[in-house]
Amino acid sequence: MTSTTTTPALETRALEKRFGGIVASNQVSIAIARGARHALIGPNGAGKTTLVNMLTGVLKPSGGQILLDGRDITILDPHERVRLGIARTFQINQLFADLTPVETLGLAISERLGTGTHFWRVPGTRPEVVDEIAALLERFRLTDVMHERTAVLPYGKQRLLEIALAFACRPRVLLLDEPAAGVPDAERHEILAAVAGLPTDVTVLLIEHDMDIVFTFADRISVLVNGQLFVEGTPDEVARDPRVKAVYLGESLDA
Amino acid sequence: MVTILFDGIAYGMLLFVLAAGLSVTLGLMNFVNLAHGAFAMAGGYAALVVVNRLGVPFALGLVCAFLFSAALGALLERTLYVHVYAKSHLDQVLFTIGLVFMSVAIVDYTMGSSQQFIAIPPSLQGQVTVFGLGMSKYRLMIIVICGILTLLLQLGLTRTRFGSRLRAAVDDQRVARGLGINVGAVFAFTFALGSGLAGLGGALGAEILGLDPIFPLKYMIYFLIVVTVGGTSSITGPFLASLLLGIGDVAGKYYVPQFGAFVIYTIMIVVLIWRPQGLFVRKGAR
Amino acid sequence: MRGPDVSTSAALASAISAQFSARARWSPLEMVFWLGAFSTIWLLPEQHLILTEIVIWALLALSLDLILGYAGIISLGHAAFFGVGAYTAGLLAKHALVGEPVLALLVSGLAGGAFGFATSFLVLRGTDLTRLMVTLGVALLVREIANRAAWLTGGADGLQGIDMQPVLGLFRFDLYGHTAYIYSLTVLFVLFLLARRVVGSPFGLSLLAIKGNPLRASAVGIGQTWRLVGIYTLAAAYAGIAGGLLTQTTAFTSLESLSFDRSADALLVLIIGGTGHLYGGLIGAVVFRFAQDWISTATPQYWQFWIGLFLVLIVLVGRDRIGGWFAPLRRLADRISGWRPWRPGPAAAPDEGGRP
Repeated sequence: MTSTTTTPALETRALEKRFGGIVASNQVSIAIARGARHALIGPNGAGKTTLVNMLTGVLKPSGGQILLDGRDITILDPHERVRLGIARTFQINQLFADLTPVETLGLAISERLGTGTHFWRVPGTRPEVVDEIAALLERFRLTDVMHERTAVLPYGKQRLLEIALAFACRPRVLLLDEPAAGVPDAERHEILAAVAGLPTDVTVLLIEHDMDIVFTFADRISVLVNGQLFVEGTPDEVARDPRVKAVYLGESLDA
Repeated sequence: MVTILFDGIAYGMLLFVLAAGLSVTLGLMNFVNLAHGAFAMAGGYAALVVVNRLGVPFALGLVCAFLFSAALGALLERTLYVHVYAKSHLDQVLFTIGLVFMSVAIVDYTMGSSQQFIAIPPSLQGQVTVFGLGMSKYRLMIIVICGILTLLLQLGLTRTRFGSRLRAAVDDQRVARGLGINVGAVFAFTFALGSGLAGLGGALGAEILGLDPIFPLKYMIYFLIVVTVGGTSSITGPFLASLLLGIGDVAGKYYVPQFGAFVIYTIMIVVLIWRPQGLFVRKGAR
Repeated sequence: MRGPDVSTSAALASAISAQFSARARWSPLEMVFWLGAFSTIWLLPEQHLILTEIVIWALLALSLDLILGYAGIISLGHAAFFGVGAYTAGLLAKHALVGEPVLALLVSGLAGGAFGFATSFLVLRGTDLTRLMVTLGVALLVREIANRAAWLTGGADGLQGIDMQPVLGLFRFDLYGHTAYIYSLTVLFVLFLLARRVVGSPFGLSLLAIKGNPLRASAVGIGQTWRLVGIYTLAAAYAGIAGGLLTQTTAFTSLESLSFDRSADALLVLIIGGTGHLYGGLIGAVVFRFAQDWISTATPQYWQFWIGLFLVLIVLVGRDRIGGWFAPLRRLADRISGWRPWRPGPAAAPDEGGRP
């Protein structure tokens, strides 16, 4: 078991994605250590979301490899990767508008337990599923809206449901794509508390624009510029790196 | 063998002229117009009326077919279709099937349910010998007319200002709007042109495809195959798909008459298994 | 039932269970609907022939609802499975292969389902457009086969000389259609119960998820292929049984059972009542068949024109806010199905099929 402790939780090797003539990801090699709080930053159009989409199987890479706990998952379908322990949230909410939070979470839990294809059972009759839904609702502060259709939830609650839903997959690696994007300041602390409260054994890759969040949360930072890995290091190293300042931090910290 | 190829090409080119409008409609507005065949039928009957009843020359009848269907297309586009663009595909399907059913009933009521033929002038009947091969004059005319139309379409799309606007709108409507292109007007004009071509095809094809009230239903599958197999990113795709379908259908009906009608379905299924996104779709296109 | 006490974890757990079981529970309206349906056996004995037709349309539309309303697949060729079932039942009876109607009906369902399974792989791929082409093409293909194989199917003349045996060996089909109606209605009810159970299961919920947001569905680990194959096969089996019922109750089947008109009419029947309710097709069938009866008495010809006009109007007015006599019907379907009683206000019609 000694070798597994050094195997990164998630690793990319020379990952590439081209759209026609445009190179969206160029030879990106990142290793994310087990239990890390790794942040991926970069200006708009740096290829962050492209990278996440390749990691989760939404996009097929043009070249390179993706390894989850040392296992090559490059060609697997998105749902197969989820079963192996990699889950994500979306920058723009991707939820089930007509389902309630209870149903939404129940769906993910049943799927994980392998009961999602049962076609003769009434859902919610298994105590372990119900208990887990309850725990998730409480952890992500969704109990007060548990009976509402997702479409009518306040935006902040939808963001929480995004994270709760990814978390319901019990991932070993969790990719958070700008979890606080568009959330009004008043509701922001709820999201940040949820992110900070994630269990330490879950490896987290955070894609974020907001430098405050990145520097309070991350223990390691990768900077992506023009689809290429530009700098990687601890928050201190990255903050002090003159090249990063020039290319990225030097610019206005907008967006 | 050569005759079959010849007939197949004539048939295929005819299909292309019939379906070209549909492929642009689909590409431009992502609109599923199952009633496209109704415009072809309208053109066919328009030509039938002016040629057979009013004694207008055949060539002029073809022009009438084009104009009638184009006008009908423009009218329906502005009054009805425009309200359905933003709706779901299911709504588009229901709406256009509704139009098909109405057109079938209307034509049945006004023109009768039997198959009819447009009177062809004697100069187009019989065969002509080219390079030692006997060829049907009528089919030769179809190839010539459809070939010219295809060239004009291709030139129109690639060389004219309208063509570049149309291509821009097909590529990305929002960007096109941002560039100040009136997408609605481009579309209305294209719709009319596509309907007109279908009408012309319907008149030209009456001799080969037959002309009866259930025309739009009978050929719906052909049009769908042309656009799905050919894709909507250019007119080359649908053109090649039409030729493939035309030659396949004619050859199938000749060589294996008992299975003739199955050939096109086999083509469809094979293409779908082989290239689910269409045979001639650009890589990276939707 | 809004905002129950969730202060303790036990209360929260029971609130969660309650939300799930509310879906499974029968609402009073639902019971009234079925009691009403079965009461027609005694209340409308002289209408049993037309009521049988309604039941068959209802079953076909219910079958279509399983794929359109719950999986978002638009089909232009659902008649293919209906026809396969119809001819299967006809051939089984004609050649006395399976004499007992209920057993023969099961075989028809299996035949429809098997054919649905085989073609589902073509439907899985691609966009709405390719699905339209494939479903339409498959139905045309089957019709052409039935037309050519006249030695087996009777070709354009239809399959004649079918002699039906008594249902369960006990109930003879009579001239007034009493047996036929009771038999068909019972089949519909049983299949409805089955469908209700399936769409309310975790499997059914995951279908709604795939239809609602395929991207997210796969991101929570829901594989789509086998689920879509499963529901498509089940729907095809239902359509096969509907076709079998038509043959058995009329002792005849023809190419009409495979026609495009039947596919399109099934779509219309379902749309009238609304998709994604299960009850939509049932209510739609009643309206459709009586409208057909009324129109064909008023203007015997050109029924097709009115169907067409109706389809055009339904879309132009908007399916979700269609006025007049449809809104109450649709609300009725909504209420009957008891679909999420805590949902605020009338349900907005979900967007079937089309991309957002």
